[in-house]
Amino acid sequence: MDSALAVLNAAPLWLVVTIKSALLLLVVVTTFAYAMLAERKVMGWMQLRPGPNRVGPWGLMQPASDAAKLILKEDLTPSTADPLIYKLAPFISLLTAFSVYAIIPFGAGSQGTWAIGNVDAGILFLMAISSLGVYGISLGGWASGSKYPLLGSVRATAQMISYELAMSLSFIGVLILAGTTSLDGIVSAQARLWFCIPQAVGFVIYVITAVAETNRTPFDLVEAETELVGGFHTEYSGLRFGSFFIAEYVNMLTVSCIATLLFLGGWNAPFGLTMVPGVLWFVAKVATFMFFYIWLRATLPRLRYDRLMAFGWKVLLPVATLNLIVTAVVVAVRG
Amino acid sequence: MRKRLFNVGAILQGLSITFGFMFKKRPTIEYPSVKKQHAPRFHGLHELRRYGDAKERCIGCELCSSACPANAITVIGAENTPEDRKSPGERYAARYEIDELRCIFCGLCEEACPTDAIVLTPRFEMADYRRGSFIYSKDRLLVPPDAGVGAAPDDRPGGIPSDLGRVAEIKSTTDVEEGYSATHRGEILKTERRGLAG
Ligand code: SF4
Ligand code: SF4
Repeated sequence: MDSALAVLNAAPLWLVVTIKSALLLLVVVTTFAYAMLAERKVMGWMQLRPGPNRVGPWGLMQPASDAAKLILKEDLTPSTADPLIYKLAPFISLLTAFSVYAIIPFGAGSQGTWAIGNVDAGILFLMAISSLGVYGISLGGWASGSKYPLLGSVRATAQMISYELAMSLSFIGVLILAGTTSLDGIVSAQARLWFCIPQAVGFVIYVITAVAETNRTPFDLVEAETELVGGFHTEYSGLRFGSFFIAEYVNMLTVSCIATLLFLGGWNAPFGLTMVPGVLWFVAKVATFMFFYIWLRATLPRLRYDRLMAFGWKVLLPVATLNLIVTAVVVAVRG
Repeated sequence: MRKRLFNVGAILQGLSITFGFMFKKRPTIEYPSVKKQHAPRFHGLHELRRYGDAKERCIGCELCSSACPANAITVIGAENTPEDRKSPGERYAARYEIDELRCIFCGLCEEACPTDAIVLTPRFEMADYRRGSFIYSKDRLLVPPDAGVGAAPDDRPGGIPSDLGRVAEIKSTTDVEEGYSATHRGEILKTERRGLAG
């Protein structure tokens, strides 16, 4: 692997980046496909159903058949919609969801980290891009020109902004401990102790806000099919709906990666089990986090909207602030 | 505050329940590949039985037709001739049709029949693409001459008969159009005979 990386490093930069991006895109899209299948399977098991098992062995070809179905569906644009924005919104979601992977490192070798770009202020880039993701949802809902998507997108905006605050505060605790904003540096700082232990409160806050940021149950008020039909994507069909769908899962994957990088020690092996390559540890940690997501969805009902807001502003934000202050004081006192 | 903390406990409890369910035995029957064992007297698709000498049991008496609460059966009887005896009685059913879409599988026809000719088998896979194909006439209801006499419900061992495929095979040869018009003709004939026709 390292020798392959050495060859890559000798090639011109644009070529390296293109190849890396194409590879990564392939990996992320495949992961999305099987994350979706895994979700349907695991939720099925938790509800005493077998889950999809008709297409291919154990239903393994299900994502392909779903993709074919979505591609063949008619692409509708409501006559009341704002056509340009309506058509653009899914791709904003998709683009922001994917562009985060430009800086996420998956492992480290002797030739440096395994990432497309190693940005010094990596965590700021992450936060900036993931905040842009709300545009896809709110523009999509607004441009649909009907009431349910509009309500969905208004909710999305309010929810994402409220929970982003607590999320950023939980990041800052990690930044204080690591003393760096580069993701690479944060992972190296966790070589001995994962930040989910000294930052336990921050970790819990991050997990909650991550679920809210990706609009997943129990915080999926943006879609809330019982009250809003399909929420922001009510009017979308075919591939445009598919784009939102992919974006949701890729975002899940992103927050799982961030949780792994910031709190679960990235590619550091636990208990000194270094014979397993770091990238596998990374994958295992991300997979555990994704499983937790699915598990939550199969367990918890949706929150009421006012309670969601109250929880974000009256519980999460104060606790996150307190956690930040305590972390800062402890770090300052211990020098 | 205490109450809030208990809520966290409730969430954890819920999570443990769903996690445990993941490893429970799933009650799903993977239908097309695995079939459920029905009760021995399950009311499914009808069958017209024969006697051991291959004669039809049905004597065209129309008792089943009158008993049927869903008015699903049309019987048009005809006289047996000495040269061509279809049934041991004086008459036989020249046309015998059951509209399985009207049928409510109550089994009253089975009870009404004086000769145990019409019985309900445990076959239940009747799905088809056209409404017309749900009108089963004698070609599909009657036990083929080489397939024995058909089983009376009382001597049925239970479960799904091994000859499920046979029905599907016969089904594909039916002329749907004919099925429709035959039933229609039957209705008219019946109404005329009852003196109800306008
Ligand atoms: S089972 Fe009942 S409804 Fe069906 S044909 Fe017989 S009598 Fe009629
Ligand atoms: S099936 Fe039985 S009840 Fe019906 S017409 Fe024939 S003999 Fe009579």
